[in-house]
This record gives sequence, C-alpha cells and structure tokens, in this order.
Amino acid sequence: MSAATRVRWAVVGVTSVALVATGCGSSGGGGAGGSTNASATFSYQSSEPQNPLQPSNANETGGGRILQNLFKGLVDYDPSNGQLRNQVAKSIDTSDSQTFNVTLNSGWTFHDGTPVTAQSFVDAWNFGANVKNNQINSSWFSDIDGYADVHPNQGTPVGATMKGLTVQDDTHFTIKLAGKVSYFPYKLGYIAFSPLPQGFFKDPDGYGQKPVGNGPYQFVSWDHNSQVVTKTFANYQGVDKPKNGGIVFKMYTTAEAAYADLQSNNLDVMDQVPPSALATYKSDLGDRAIDSPQGAIQNIGFTLYQPEWSNPNTAKVRQGLSMAIDRDTITKTVLQGSRSPASAWTAEGVAGYKAGTCGQYCTFNPTMAKQLIQQGGGVPGNSLKITYNADGGHKEWVDAVCNNIRQNTGVDCVGDPKTDFKTARAAITGHTINGAFRTGWVQDYPLNANFLADVYRTGAASNDFGYSSPQFDQLATQADQAASIADTEAGYQKAEAVLAQDFPAIPLWYYRTNSGYSTKVQNVAFDSFGNPNWTQVGVKS
Amino acid sequence: MGHYVLRRLLQMIPVFFGATFLIFLMVYTLPGDPIAALFGEKAADPAQVASLRHKYYLDQPLWKQYLHYMNNVFHLDFGTSFTGRSVSSIMADAFPVTIRLALVAFFFEIFVGLPLGLISGLKRGSIADTAVLLITLIVISIPVFVLGYIAQTIFATNLGWVTPTVQDSTDITQLILPGAVLASLSLAFVARLTRTSIGENLRADYMRTAVAKGLPRTTIISRHLLRNSLIPVVTFLGTDLGALMGGAIVTEGIFNIAGVGNILYKAIRTKEGPTVVGIVTVLVIVYLVASLVVDLLYAVLDPRIRYA
Repeated sequence: MSAATRVRWAVVGVTSVALVATGCGSSGGGGAGGSTNASATFSYQSSEPQNPLQPSNANETGGGRILQNLFKGLVDYDPSNGQLRNQVAKSIDTSDSQTFNVTLNSGWTFHDGTPVTAQSFVDAWNFGANVKNNQINSSWFSDIDGYADVHPNQGTPVGATMKGLTVQDDTHFTIKLAGKVSYFPYKLGYIAFSPLPQGFFKDPDGYGQKPVGNGPYQFVSWDHNSQVVTKTFANYQGVDKPKNGGIVFKMYTTAEAAYADLQSNNLDVMDQVPPSALATYKSDLGDRAIDSPQGAIQNIGFTLYQPEWSNPNTAKVRQGLSMAIDRDTITKTVLQGSRSPASAWTAEGVAGYKAGTCGQYCTFNPTMAKQLIQQGGGVPGNSLKITYNADGGHKEWVDAVCNNIRQNTGVDCVGDPKTDFKTARAAITGHTINGAFRTGWVQDYPLNANFLADVYRTGAASNDFGYSSPQFDQLATQADQAASIADTEAGYQKAEAVLAQDFPAIPLWYYRTNSGYSTKVQNVAFDSFGNPNWTQVGVKS
Repeated sequence: MGHYVLRRLLQMIPVFFGATFLIFLMVYTLPGDPIAALFGEKAADPAQVASLRHKYYLDQPLWKQYLHYMNNVFHLDFGTSFTGRSVSSIMADAFPVTIRLALVAFFFEIFVGLPLGLISGLKRGSIADTAVLLITLIVISIPVFVLGYIAQTIFATNLGWVTPTVQDSTDITQLILPGAVLASLSLAFVARLTRTSIGENLRADYMRTAVAKGLPRTTIISRHLLRNSLIPVVTFLGTDLGALMGGAIVTEGIFNIAGVGNILYKAIRTKEGPTVVGIVTVLVIVYLVASLVVDLLYAVLDPRIRYA
C-alpha cells in the first residue's frame, strides 16, 4: 500500500479508538438564522459500527454516535458547558455517595410504545454487566454492588442480577455501590447505562441489528457499510426536542471522501476534516468551518515499572524532557492547529479542569531541561525510544518531539513504530517496551476524575505506566468520598498536583474538533465529545 | 473438451483447501490481539476478553480453529464477524458492488484499450501512434490514487458533472468515473499489448497471403489479424479481472465504495479471521474460474489449440 493511502487510513485508526458517551443538546452557535424545515433530515459522516447496535456494546465512535441518538439514559451532559442534566431521571439523590435513589420522569416511552420504567434500566444494566452476554462495556457496571456475582474474574456467573439494584416501583429504584463514588451520576450519562425495552432480552441479536430505544431519534434502516437512517421520534420527552426530521449516518472509509462530499453538499456535517485539508479548510468553508476544543489529551507515558525509571529522582528527568518540547511550535506547524498545547493532565473544558497544573514543566525551556535531566541522573543509556502505533498518524509529531529532545538535551531520542494500534497496545500492556510510549485519554464523561482516577490510580485499568503513588491514591479516595461534585472536582485537582511532582507522563496537547458543515444546514456546534448538537441542527428550507 | 473442463474443476478442490488453510494461518499469525483491540484505548477486562475469545472460538489451538471453520463452511456457514453479521451476508453485500465496478472497468479496458492498441499498431510511427504511446506512458507512470483525486477534483468538485463519491452503488452511471480510474492502468497495458501483438502479426505469412488473395481490408483485420493478436491480450484481461476485484482498495477508498477491497482491508486490520478467509477464498475461486475461461478462449481464438 502506498504512502498516501496509509496516511488516509490513519485517520480511521484515530477515530475508531475514541471512546464516546452521550451528549446531545441545546445550545450552539455557528450559522445565522433563516427558516428551517423541521421535517427534513441531514447527513452525518460516520463509520460502520464495530459491534451490533446494543448500548452496552459500543465503545467506538461509529456505533456510539448512532446509539446516543437512539437511546437516552437517566442523565446526559449539556453540550454547551458539559454540566450534567437530567433526562429520564427526575432526580438522583444520595446522602452518603454510596446509595443513590433514582426517581424517573413519567411519560417516557420506547419507540415501540412500551413505557420506560425503573425495571427497563435495572434489566438493561444486569444484562450489560453479565459476562456471558459478551458486552464490551461490561466493566462500566463494576461500581455497582454485586457486580462480581454476574461478572466474576473467572468462571461462570453465580447469579443474573446485581444485588445493588433494587426496584421500588415503576418510577423509583435505588443503586447501591460497592464503595463511595461521589461522581457516580456523571458516569450514568454514558451510553452503556441506557434503558432497554422488554423485547430486547428475548432477542438481543435481532435488536442489535434493529435497535429500539427511547431517544430523540428512532431507527429506520441499516444498510450495512452504506448508511443508517433515523427519523425524529414524535413522543420524545427529553429537554432537547429535535428541530430536524432525522439523521442519516453515511458510512465513509476515508475522511478525504467525506470532505469532498461536504464541499459539494452531498454530506451535511462531518466528523473531522482530513489532515490534508487542515491547512485549507477554514478558507474552503469560511464561516462554516468549526474549530472547537475536545475533551481529549495526548501524552507520552513512561515505563515506571522498569528499574531504570522507578527511582523517584527520575521524575526530574521526565520533567526535563517535558521542558525540551516546544509544544507551541509543534501544534502550530506539524499538527497544523489541530491541537492546543497542554498545561495539565486533564483536558481543557471538562468540569474541574485547572490550567497550569503542570506549571513550568510544560513550558519550553531548553536550558532548564538540560539541568533537570542532569540532576535526575540522566536518561538511562542517554537514549529514549517512544513507542507508538504507525497507523494513527502519530509519526510526524513523534519525530518532531524527538527532534526537540535531541537538539535541546542531546538525548538520542527515536520513535519506535508498531505496525498498528492493536500491536502497540499489546506491547504496552504486555510490558515489552522500553522507556516511553504514546498514550492518550478521551473523556468518558466531562469530569476531571475521569482523566485522573482511571489513568493514574494504583492498579487502574488504564494505568499502563505502573505508576503507584500512595499520596495520589489517598487524595483520589478522599475526592471520591466528597459530599458534592464540586468538592470532588477540587479534591481531584489536589491529586493532579501530585502528578506534577512524580511526572508519570508528559502532557503534550489537547485535541480539537476541526470540522465543518454544508450550506444546507445551520446552527451546527460541537461539544467536548467531538459530537455535533444533533437535535439542534437546522435544515434550511 | 468436457473432460478437460472437469479435470480443471477437480483441480480447484485442493487449491481451495490450500488457499483457505494458508490464509487462515496468515490471519492467525498477524500480530496483536483482535479481542483486546475491540476495547480501544481502554484496558480490556480479562474476564470479558476470555468470554469473547471463547465465543469466537479463538481460545482453541490453530488446527482446531481451522477444522471448526471448515466444518462450518461445509454447512454453508462462513462464520460471524465482530459486528454480529454473518460473513455470507457481508459478502452478499460487497461482491455485487465490486462486480459492477469491475465490469465497468473491464468494459473500458476492452472498448477503449483495444481500439487504441489497434489504431496505433496499424499505423506505427504516425501521430496517432505517438499520441497513444505518450498517453499510456503517462497513465502507467501516475499512481492510481493521484489519478483518482485528479479525476474527482476535475469532474466532481470543479465541473460538477458527478458527485465526488458514489452515493448509490446500484446506479451504474455513478460507477463510470471510478470504473474509468480503476481501468486506467490496465487500459494502458491492454493498448500497448495489442499494439505490439498487432505489429508482430502484421509481418506474418498468413497476412501476406490474405492480402494477396485480395480480401477486403476489414476482413483481414478483424478475422485474421485481430483474432491472432488477441491471445496475449486475453491472457492479461483474464488475470486482470481477478486483480480488479480484489485490488480496488485505493479506488474504492477515494470514491467511498463499500466493495470487497474496503471490507477486506478493514477485516485484516481488525484481524477478523472469518471475513478475511471467506472473501479471499471467493477471490481465489474467481481467479481460478477466470483463468479456466481464458484457457478455453484460446481454443476459440486459435483453432490449432485443442483440449482433449
């Protein structure tokens, strides 16, 4: 395969690994008035879902984006500010951050006319958590008391229900967690926590091909590898009533093809412009171009489990390496403005984000970089290998970062490409790499805890560094037990400050949504998940 | 003749087994864990991974997996992809698209490539000949994806004659542009092959005899010259049909056509064994049948060739 095609496929690699959660919404800028046709549909660039369309089985953008329009959970996130807002839930109350009392709004129905009740949620979650049902998102339910009964580490489940979920009546149920998690309601906005109609459990495979949800749009047809057609659900009860007639998800294999279609009005809204168009898309599209922040960060992680890197003093080396990187120049030139320089370990725009936690260590300063590396005892062997997946479009910036490090510190830095994403992941989780690796985090929900607890806590599923700091763990646990979400945010900010001392990973930059829309639609804006405000998009009449 | 065809068909059986086994082996040895990759950047839950691996029969040794797969194939079950769709229905969707595209391309190769070669072969050294040589040289030296983007920019973005990508792959008029791009390289080869072949046969004895007999020029060209010159061209076209079907990934990507090439590429990336083996096996069979048809066509074109 030629070089140019490889680059185009790289884009697919990037988008398919992104994790999504729900987030559709109310406000949004972009595009001026004019009359709209509320029954007209618009098309959106999508990719063929990797899994059947079941809410607890979609963790990639292709399936996730479709499902978040077909289903609506207890809560979702206001796209304008990322704040949690109630949808099916009337209220979620807790006094101890461990037992949550959920009250549902009445009147919600599934697209097949059956009512959405407390049982719809409890059954759906028990289904999703059960290891036998092979749902990709099953670990999302692991906070709930009794998860081990349906999802043991080994062997077959001992029961079919989690004892932490109790239904009182049609509109009331309680969730008891195994431990205190003050921000648990934030997790409930994720697509995996959607309710399911009773019919689903009789034929999960069939419903995976023809999903029946309770969201703003209802499923019409799925023409595989070509398009998924949805239409507005008339009886939708959410706060974000659709202002258009439906969404057609058109499958594209390359961003270039989608961009060509967008320019000629054959596609209305796209996901992300191709790298080849980054330099020109603003002049091509004028005021129809979109450039907005995304809740995702790119890092360079270190193998702290290796003896060379386990000494606490090596934190200075990592701080020094970080200071040798000229983030401003790389994001502007190599990455063509598709990223913005990072100054913390949480992404810009999420609740609890505090700029500058990384402080001077994320500021370009070659002199101090050299000093710090020396103080820390130097890079082992004076050479550094950064492992990355060659199919994700990372080569250019890894080379640029290595050039920075080589020129400014004299450390012999080289990129270590692995064929593709799965090979790189296998090497990283199998601990067969040496020194440094590319890593990143895309928000599951827009809260700083997600960027910290799930990545840097001792033994966290995505702690690929082998990082273990009693201080960080303690602060995180304290934050989890806080009385309010605001206190949780503040608590995690304290924990984040520990990362600045220990420096398990170098924060590089935050992702941005670089996108655009056709002349046929208006009022298109993107949230921090990189999703458009689906229901608010107006189709010009 | 019947015997010959039967023998050739029987030969396909070991080839079928060999091909499926080799492909199975290759997919198996691809690096990385396809199940862990389903979880994306998030760490995979070990219990769930084990359960999924069991579901897709990936927890068994290679030979057992192969036997299991072949056993299913004999029950006409080509397995299930990670999307939960059966591989047979994936192929039933993708192959018609690719066959349509390949036929459009094939049409261009025959009805544009052949005449170009004929003209330039008959009038060697003329302006027409030089023009054909120059154009084909340019086409051969430009990679398909460059040609594809140029064609897309000119005909769709600038002139607006067509949509940049194929909106409906059942509409044959939308396949004309991608088909032409896909055919371009082979078309140039066909033109050059025909030109050389014609040039050689023009000097053959039977040509002199035909001219001496005073046969009309059109008869000489169509019945004597062209027929004898076609053998190398037909060989090329036959094998090219297989290449058009499996090798259209680049063109399919540019024009967003959900054909075999794209599906196959995606399946290899996600290490989706059943899909890869299923599609490649069908492609191998297409190749075998195409080469059988080519061999039979030899006998039609050249009466001296007989199959006993």
